[in-house]
Amino acid sequence: MKNPYMPYPVRIDDIQIATEDRSLKTFKFVFLNKEDEEKFSYHAGQFAELSIPGKGEIPIGIASSPTEKGFVKFTVFKTGVVTSYLHDMKAGDIMGIRGPLGNWYPWEMLEKGKNIVIIGGGFAFTTLRSSIIYMLDPANRSKFGNIDVIYGSRSPGMLLYQNELFEWEKRDDINMNITVDGTDDPDWKYNVGFVPTIVEEKAPKADPDTYAIICGPPIMIKFTQPVLEKLGYRDDQIIMSLENRMKCGIGMCGRCNIGKELVCRDGPVFTLEQLNMTPKEY
Amino acid sequence: MKVIKIDKQNWTGGIDKSRENYQIFGPVKDKEHFVFKKLNLKEYPDMENALSVLSPKSILFPQSEKILAASLDESQDDHHIMKRVATDYSPRAVIGIMPCDAKAVQLVKLNFDTDDYRDPYWCDAYEATTFVGLAVNKPSIYDFTLSMGSGPFAEEGLDVLLVDCKDHFLAKVLSEKGDAFLKASGFTSEADADKSAKLINEIKNQAEKAIDAEKVKTEKLKEKSLLELHGASFWEDLSFSCINCGTCTFVCPTCWCFDIQDETKGKKAVRFRNWDSCMSPLFTLHASSHNPRAEKVQRVRQRFMHKLKYFVDKYDQGTMCVGCGRCVVHCPVNIDIREICNTMNSYEAEQA
Repeated sequence: MKNPYMPYPVRIDDIQIATEDRSLKTFKFVFLNKEDEEKFSYHAGQFAELSIPGKGEIPIGIASSPTEKGFVKFTVFKTGVVTSYLHDMKAGDIMGIRGPLGNWYPWEMLEKGKNIVIIGGGFAFTTLRSSIIYMLDPANRSKFGNIDVIYGSRSPGMLLYQNELFEWEKRDDINMNITVDGTDDPDWKYNVGFVPTIVEEKAPKADPDTYAIICGPPIMIKFTQPVLEKLGYRDDQIIMSLENRMKCGIGMCGRCNIGKELVCRDGPVFTLEQLNMTPKEY
Repeated sequence: MKVIKIDKQNWTGGIDKSRENYQIFGPVKDKEHFVFKKLNLKEYPDMENALSVLSPKSILFPQSEKILAASLDESQDDHHIMKRVATDYSPRAVIGIMPCDAKAVQLVKLNFDTDDYRDPYWCDAYEATTFVGLAVNKPSIYDFTLSMGSGPFAEEGLDVLLVDCKDHFLAKVLSEKGDAFLKASGFTSEADADKSAKLINEIKNQAEKAIDAEKVKTEKLKEKSLLELHGASFWEDLSFSCINCGTCTFVCPTCWCFDIQDETKGKKAVRFRNWDSCMSPLFTLHASSHNPRAEKVQRVRQRFMHKLKYFVDKYDQGTMCVGCGRCVVHCPVNIDIREICNTMNSYEAEQA
């Protein structure tokens, strides 16, 4: 068995500023050894440790989709020691990636023709982007029913992956509901309003074959949950991805637990039904 | 069961002989306290059954351990590519480990050696180690090993169990590793199996009588509701005096939590794994400043729930406590895991 602490060496291939306040950047990595890309075979919803020798590691959701080959992408918010250092790195720099880690959205079940409602807020849209790209892939689209997306941010310039969002708007095999908390842009042609409000107005009503995947700040989740309940969603139809402080990412270092579950290894993806059985230590 | 008789006059000679093939670790007196350490030539394990301040867990899980390193010198071909740090995993023997500390190693193994992932540092050290236990003839008043699935003569996790019989040791050979160690030490004189079993049993019964196994109860922990125990009001009282010093976690033989930190010196980067403690607010502090266990009561509850409920539910192998009593001895504010265990075990949810 391989050393689970050993990162795969990667080169930064490209860095894109992701939001107007420059607090988020999207990093595209290429594996130095081609065979490592095979070993890093992942599912939408998993995360990895970005590993900078001498600085440390950070657990970040994988923003690229398994259907995108030749690279992996991560969108990173500048907030601590490692993320700040990473934001100052340049294309061509060498670092490491350790993973893929954790579980993933329950694709095996969802791919049996389920309708999917993606609900995202702020910069918690990374593994949701991965999921959308994955589902829209021509090889996969027929495995799903309707796909609805409700994604919001503070302002238009804070939306992640804007070009892709507007491209998806034009398609008829995905129903996009982009929203912002507020904007003074007179040409803004999408929704204005908080995510829970737009969910109440636009999300499909519950159905035995419809599942909601939610990622966002705690405040968004707190107010979206009752709305979904009102729409009739059962707790096992509400799928969420958690974050906690992590170090090892492999269930050994002990800090990310919620009760007996470890967010890094038993999660990060849990249904609300599962979370109801654990202490709220996240 | 093979039993070897070791005359005490041959003891140090045998230890010296074993050094040709083994690094020797054992308890020695350091000022007024006992510590487990790697023994130099002419140093011998103290076979007095004294409770070391720290458990021997550091022999497999050092308090600070280099795990990876990389060069940051861009003129090197492999700059910024991390590699495993070379560590000496030649055979080692831990002599004089208490039976409960050996059981603790087996519990820690559940964390570091799993079907999905194997921690190579801990596992390589474990495989290199022979555990030569010393039965506890006179348990201390803090010993509650019998309540925690161990005991003064328990054999789980040991390769050899030594029993002190005044002028000699009887060595029960419990594994091939143990047999190899005894041979390498020149201890080969087999004792009469029946007679020695009888003698060991007598001493064992005497030792076990000194522990009140009924004092600490665990049998109902499994059936309790995890959420009800977590929500119990007694945590406020139990955690009130805690100063979050972390002593309990450092002295504990089963506390395995760790931190990973990087350091650089010149053009060299090293990644370390260090002991960590759930008593520290930093343990769970998010970069966003959100902290799911920001309050002391949450952290104290975490430690005891982990040992006495989460672990029990997750592995179905008893508690993550072996009853060594170190945290009871060393807690500066006299928090007593025995009382907390009984409180949890007898808890009935408050009526709504």
